[in-house]
Amino acid sequence: MELIIQGIIKAFELLISFDPEVMSITWLSLKISGTATFISLFFGVSIGTAVALTNFPGKRLVISIINTGMGLPPVVVGLFVTILIWRNGPLGFLEILYTPYAMIVAQAIIATPIVMGISLASIQNLPPNLRLQILSLGASRMQMVWVLIKESKLPLLAAVMAGFGGVISEVGASIMVGGNIKGYSRVLTTATVMETGKGNFDIAIALGIILLILAFLVNLLLTHVQQRQHLR
Amino acid sequence: MHRFKSTKWLITLTVVAALVVLGAANVFAAPKQKNIILATTTSTQDSGLLDKLIPLFEKQTGYFVKTISVGSGAAMKMGEKGEADVLLVHSPDAEKKLVDEGYGVNRRLVMHNDFIIVGPAADPAKIKGVKSSAEALKMIANANALFISRGDNSGTHAKEKTLWAKTGITPAKQKWYQETGAGMGHTLNVAAEKKGYTLTDRGTYLAIRKNLAALEILNEGDAALLNIYHVIEVNPVKWPKVNVAGSKAFADFMVSNNTQAIIKTFGVDKYGSPLFFPDAGKKVEDLGK
Repeated sequence: MELIIQGIIKAFELLISFDPEVMSITWLSLKISGTATFISLFFGVSIGTAVALTNFPGKRLVISIINTGMGLPPVVVGLFVTILIWRNGPLGFLEILYTPYAMIVAQAIIATPIVMGISLASIQNLPPNLRLQILSLGASRMQMVWVLIKESKLPLLAAVMAGFGGVISEVGASIMVGGNIKGYSRVLTTATVMETGKGNFDIAIALGIILLILAFLVNLLLTHVQQRQHLR
Repeated sequence: MHRFKSTKWLITLTVVAALVVLGAANVFAAPKQKNIILATTTSTQDSGLLDKLIPLFEKQTGYFVKTISVGSGAAMKMGEKGEADVLLVHSPDAEKKLVDEGYGVNRRLVMHNDFIIVGPAADPAKIKGVKSSAEALKMIANANALFISRGDNSGTHAKEKTLWAKTGITPAKQKWYQETGAGMGHTLNVAAEKKGYTLTDRGTYLAIRKNLAALEILNEGDAALLNIYHVIEVNPVKWPKVNVAGSKAFADFMVSNNTQAIIKTFGVDKYGSPLFFPDAGKKVEDLGK
């Protein structure tokens, strides 16, 4: 218990003093996970919507695969990404192993099925007659899709939060493909693992608290946007 | 009005996200050919030695070092697959094999410290004062006292297996023998928490001792406990993508007079005694004499 209090005190010390290393680690976490979420949003929403709106044989199988992907274990993603981008691996020419780019790739792979699954479900959840209504008002197919996406903003923003929450707190893939290199690919989660290993529990707890604060602030912003839509 | 506001928010959010992406692209643009991948053991990182040496090297040479700290076994596997440029490891038998098979070249002695057996102050197996480390392990086994092993193919784990081989005891699958599969720091934490014995390098133990009140040094000084670090360059003939110049520059740096002087005093201010003893240019046979 005393240790946790020490950790909380340490967290505030680090935050108030704007400790440059902690600040850069925090900023890097935000950049990497933010970028990964952004990418996952593009693929997740577009593919999720496409699957939701079209009928094809094997659709249930595809949906089952996407839903399974929502629980993709980060270490497994990390392992496969590592093997693919090893410099002597099939994508080795990219030279991105042990860089923040590799972390973005891995995190985007983790977040995409989450965003995809939630957007698929939310589009499917709209009343089926809505589509016909929109089309009968003379909208083109693209316009119809756009209206549907706007209609499901609420769950879609929930998808963003779930995706971001999934990757900012992820450690297995980040440590494998990023390497936890000081000042370069060290993020809040990998630094927490390292400090725990070193037995610096107070710093580890402090980093954990900063991670929670960061996740809270991002979600606060997103929830603000989400609930504004809702009041309309 | 509400509609307008919501659109504005959405635009703001998109712009912020786009800025983050652009900013990210800028910051990540690290120089390409200047990268060196150093695969090393957890002990060099957890002791803080590399945090001191690498910035110096980077400043002197302009290279950017990506330190990947894993067990010695994994580090050498990376060398064998050409996924690292230079190795700093402490598993002599496996190192010789790596060099013999042609995956590593120019293996040079850098430094040593020693392994120690630590355990709970109560010392249920009564190993304190026993000279031979193999004998101490035997007593731990006979007392069925908990022993925590790295179990991760690291240099420390390799040393532990050699010591067990000397005792003639097969500890694997015994009730009193547990493997963490983790780095030295984690394993020490586990041993402290479970009040078990473990084999550790002195450097990591000293560096994190403040959190290990439950563990004491119970066996030390046996010549079999020497912990020797070598630097090995990965053979570019096998793997053309290896950064030859960078790898050599780093290896040269590790054995240079200046670096050796830093190693000699590293940790004295904090722990009262050095964590490593510099050995560049010496012979392995002469160590510890």
